[in-house]
Amino acid sequence: MVSGNLLWVLMGTTLLGIAAGITGTFSFLQKQSLVGDAAAHATLPGIALAFLLTGQKELPVLMIGAALTSALSIYCIQWIVTYSKLKADAAIGLVLAVFFGIGIVLLTIVNRSPLGNQSGLNDFIFGKAATMTKSDLTWLFISALIIIAVSLLMYKEWKLIIFDPVYAKGIGLPVEALKACLTALIVMTIVTGIQAVGVILMSALLIIPAASAKLWTKKLSTMLLFSGIAGGLAGVVGTFISSLRVGLSTGPIIVLCAASIFFISYLFSPKSGQISKYIRKNKFQQGEVQ
Amino acid sequence: MIEFWVILTGVLVGITCGIAGVFLILRKMSMIADAISHTVLFGIVMAFIITQSLNGLWMLVGAAIAGILTAYLVQLLQSSGIQEDAAIGVTFTSLFALGVLLITLFASNVHLDVEHVLMGEISFVPWDKWTFLSITMPKAVWMLLLVLVINVTFLLLFYKEMKLSTFDYVYATTIGLPVILLHYVFMTTISLTTVAAFDSVGAILVVAMLIGPAATAYLISKSIKEMFLWSISFGMASAIIGYYAAKWFDTSIAGMMAAAVGVIFIAVFIVDKLQQRFNKKAVASRGSF
Repeated sequence: MVSGNLLWVLMGTTLLGIAAGITGTFSFLQKQSLVGDAAAHATLPGIALAFLLTGQKELPVLMIGAALTSALSIYCIQWIVTYSKLKADAAIGLVLAVFFGIGIVLLTIVNRSPLGNQSGLNDFIFGKAATMTKSDLTWLFISALIIIAVSLLMYKEWKLIIFDPVYAKGIGLPVEALKACLTALIVMTIVTGIQAVGVILMSALLIIPAASAKLWTKKLSTMLLFSGIAGGLAGVVGTFISSLRVGLSTGPIIVLCAASIFFISYLFSPKSGQISKYIRKNKFQQGEVQ
Repeated sequence: MIEFWVILTGVLVGITCGIAGVFLILRKMSMIADAISHTVLFGIVMAFIITQSLNGLWMLVGAAIAGILTAYLVQLLQSSGIQEDAAIGVTFTSLFALGVLLITLFASNVHLDVEHVLMGEISFVPWDKWTFLSITMPKAVWMLLLVLVINVTFLLLFYKEMKLSTFDYVYATTIGLPVILLHYVFMTTISLTTVAAFDSVGAILVVAMLIGPAATAYLISKSIKEMFLWSISFGMASAIIGYYAAKWFDTSIAGMMAAAVGVIFIAVFIVDKLQQRFNKKAVASRGSF
């Protein structure tokens, strides 16, 4: 029933979901979820620029371009927040829109360049999980595994710089370098995912599983575990559902699966779920009456 | 004449968004505007599915509802303890994904394709005309003028209330201002602005125009009125510069306008910093006398 190619794609989107769930948790805890959104949009000019400069549609080349502009956008946001009186929200929105606008400009230039059509580049906006080739998937596997491995290795250090940066500095940890490393990993996750689910929906994979996990637990290790599982589950189920009918695009369905997990958590999680809150409140009031 | 309509549309987007953006920046709600600009897609698709027509008025209604829904959901999640950026992120990505899915399922043959929604087709604006009171103008210009009137009316009616609830929320609440209602009415004007600008210039330029000119104005303004004037001027300038740059390089007009927003921001930022440095030096040298 499950064809060979579908199996590969399933594995790819699952690994991607796990990786995004894990790095998303770190960026969520730093209150930087929307920075990830901007960084995802900012991959577009990098992809187009890499293609214009090298004339190659090789994935590694495009990925390097994407990573560079994506990192640049995060740097711009930090720079604006530090050196102007603008608040983070305005800086993020401005950088997001301007980078994406430049991306569109470059894409139209690619479009009419003699090197030919933009097909392949346009896919980055909405993703093309279902039609990824073996070599695309190999890249996805490798980078997802690296992301997961690095996150596990750096777990202790990152935990410290997120929850107690002052103490971390005190015991001599290179806080800035560790933060940069975390940012780099988030950028890497985005770049890994855009081919599968696209620029716009990639930010969803970083945000939604982490936000769901936060509803269940306050402990970082459990949160990472839950978020990784939620992301992976969304990847599997979403890809599977979209394979059932031709024309169902994989990216949106993966995101909607993640959204369902969030919705269930929002209602039913024992700690912060709305229904359990309601029951607790009722019990409390009844107790008062009696 | 064609060129005139395209530039006029861009300039109107600049003015309308420039006005709407000021309180967005001051209320630190830029990212909610970004969220709404994604979720109006959902509203438009729903309007299409229900009415089976691409009538601009129904789209305005659908978009307004989607905008309020977005603001409401973000508020709901936030009030149940989810941090703000995540509340925004979860809401808009889910609704956007739903919108994209509904398009592929029910509306793939109409001109509602997603790329159009993202990038807009400002160069087609002049051909879609509409006559009212024996004046014939592009539909986009009509829509933008309508929303401009709505935005200006809103400001004229509620300027004081908006100002108070922006800068002193607690005080505004205690003297009995309906701050929540005001928030939702403001969000409605943002969604109307988004959808009016949307059809011609796409979601990306809407975000750029809503946030960019007002943010640039915020750098150099000393009062809200000044900020409004600068914001409108930067919006118009971005549209005009963007148009000619796009013509020069033969590329996407909406994209170039967004890029122009960025260039103007950088230019104003640098000039402002230089001026500050110069003033400081002047003060310092005066002090040494």
